[in-house]
Amino acid sequence: MTSYLLQRLAILIATLALASLVIFTVLDILPGNAAQTMLGASATPETVAALTHKLGLDQPAPLRYLFWIGGLLRGHLGLSYAYHSSIFALITACLAISAPLAVLAMLIAGLVALLAGMAAAERHGRAGDTAIMVASQIGLAIPNFWFGIMLVLVFAVHWRLAPSGGFPGWEPNPVQALRALVLPALALGLVQAAILTRVTRTALLEVLHEDFIRTARAKGLSPHAIIWRHALPNALVPILTIMGLQLGNLVAGAVVVENVFTLPGLGRLIFQSISNRDTPVVADCVMLLVAIVIGVNFLVDLACVAIDPRLRTQP
Amino acid sequence: MTPSLPRSPRRNPSASLALGVALVLLLVAMAALALFWTPFPPAAIDVPHRLQFPSRTHWMGTDALGRDILSRLMAGAGVSIKVGVIAVGIGAFFGIMLGLLAASVKGRLEDIIMQLSDFTFAFPALLTTIMLTETFGPGIDNAILAIGIYNVPVFAKLTRALANNVLAREFIQSARVSGRGPVGIACHHIVPNILAALIVQATIQFSIAVLAEAALSYLGFGTQPPEASWGLMLSEAQNFLFVAPRLAVFPGVAIALSVLGLNLLGDGLRDALDPRLRKMGYDGP
Repeated sequence: MTSYLLQRLAILIATLALASLVIFTVLDILPGNAAQTMLGASATPETVAALTHKLGLDQPAPLRYLFWIGGLLRGHLGLSYAYHSSIFALITACLAISAPLAVLAMLIAGLVALLAGMAAAERHGRAGDTAIMVASQIGLAIPNFWFGIMLVLVFAVHWRLAPSGGFPGWEPNPVQALRALVLPALALGLVQAAILTRVTRTALLEVLHEDFIRTARAKGLSPHAIIWRHALPNALVPILTIMGLQLGNLVAGAVVVENVFTLPGLGRLIFQSISNRDTPVVADCVMLLVAIVIGVNFLVDLACVAIDPRLRTQP
Repeated sequence: MTPSLPRSPRRNPSASLALGVALVLLLVAMAALALFWTPFPPAAIDVPHRLQFPSRTHWMGTDALGRDILSRLMAGAGVSIKVGVIAVGIGAFFGIMLGLLAASVKGRLEDIIMQLSDFTFAFPALLTTIMLTETFGPGIDNAILAIGIYNVPVFAKLTRALANNVLAREFIQSARVSGRGPVGIACHHIVPNILAALIVQATIQFSIAVLAEAALSYLGFGTQPPEASWGLMLSEAQNFLFVAPRLAVFPGVAIALSVLGLNLLGDGLRDALDPRLRKMGYDGP
């Protein structure tokens, strides 16, 4: 297990290093001068040149890359061009919204998918299975941002049960804040659940085909016991793997959904920073999101190996 | 209730294929018709008749600038098809080439191509397209390029996996013995045998491209005003949710029906063209 862990850790570090290189390269060719953006159109060429020098933008690209990476590793994320404040503070403020939103959405997706997938597998080939599969097929076709708009229409405009957008902050009323996250989390989570339901159903059906399930059935175990105690633990590997891969889509989906609900989260910060040509913020945010995706998939890999040790021998 | 053994995964695959074909044909027909005729010019502003309810003149009503919604939906269908065809074309062309190269050459080059493909999955698709679109500038052409680049590793991985299956078969050995080179084997033996799976994947990627274009246009990175795009229409509609909620319904339904049609078509084609694909693990999402 130790050698497997070390090997996966080496791949994780190499992937993160390559990701940082790609992000820096892509964003480094952004048109426009950051110093000019910060100072405005009326700034003199001398002032722009001075600020360019102060920000280190006149340094060669490899040096700027090393400076950026060194800062990230030491926790020094630098200053935002547009907000004139610490990027670390900006990101932590946004994470206070985006992190609970992502966790809530993943919980909704996981719970709905597990229950619906199990129900479909139990009723395989019957009306219940067909109904769940039709619903998941429709869910796959719905863009999460349109689903978000429809939720606003129904629950905020028509029934006035939830706010249509914005975030009141966690203080002084956390319940109010949580209410503001419910509709966005549903928009993100339910669309993800459509994919996960199909994966859960397929994984369960494959396990239900195995000999040990026939043995369990012959021993007289109830259908629920067969599903919960025998089928589900053996179907967890593909379900967890797809959940890990889906996290990337959820993170990207949050960029759009946060815009639908005008939530001041990480997605909206990226969107606004791209519009402001605030490259350091964009680079740090994208690196953070990519690191989260890579890190979670690393943990999912480890969890899958813990569940099924045979996977250690596979590449 | 006893959990039954897996039977046929879909009880009536022909019905879903028929529905998929019908929805995709509807999309294509709308786009084709819009090339020659729309009830009103899609970008024609008519402020005195803004926010009108559906009527005999304007079947789906008008938007905040008095533009005919049906006409804009028809024009938007053309944008979706254009994005899908070109973005999937870019991804398929370069991805298939890279996949064939990886499978044929093997060794270190195969490892590099596959590890780079795996690596790109660490970047969420929409985030990549937003980054690329913003780097090259907003606009439909750049959105298409960004979505196309995202498609390359998808096709590369699939092509390599399928090609390796074909390369392990005996008739490939016979072809080699008879003097066919790697290019000849790829063109005459591998591609014809993996084409069905690639077509299925292309329909799936097409639907993803339609969704990505809608999201990019919604954010303002894709189609630019006054052109019509379903994502852009949704973005414009959001400002009038309280006074004209219907504006947000039509484009969303159009996106959902198109993607549903493409997904059903992909599933149906997979069953019709090559049922073995399911056994090879291409069971869709």
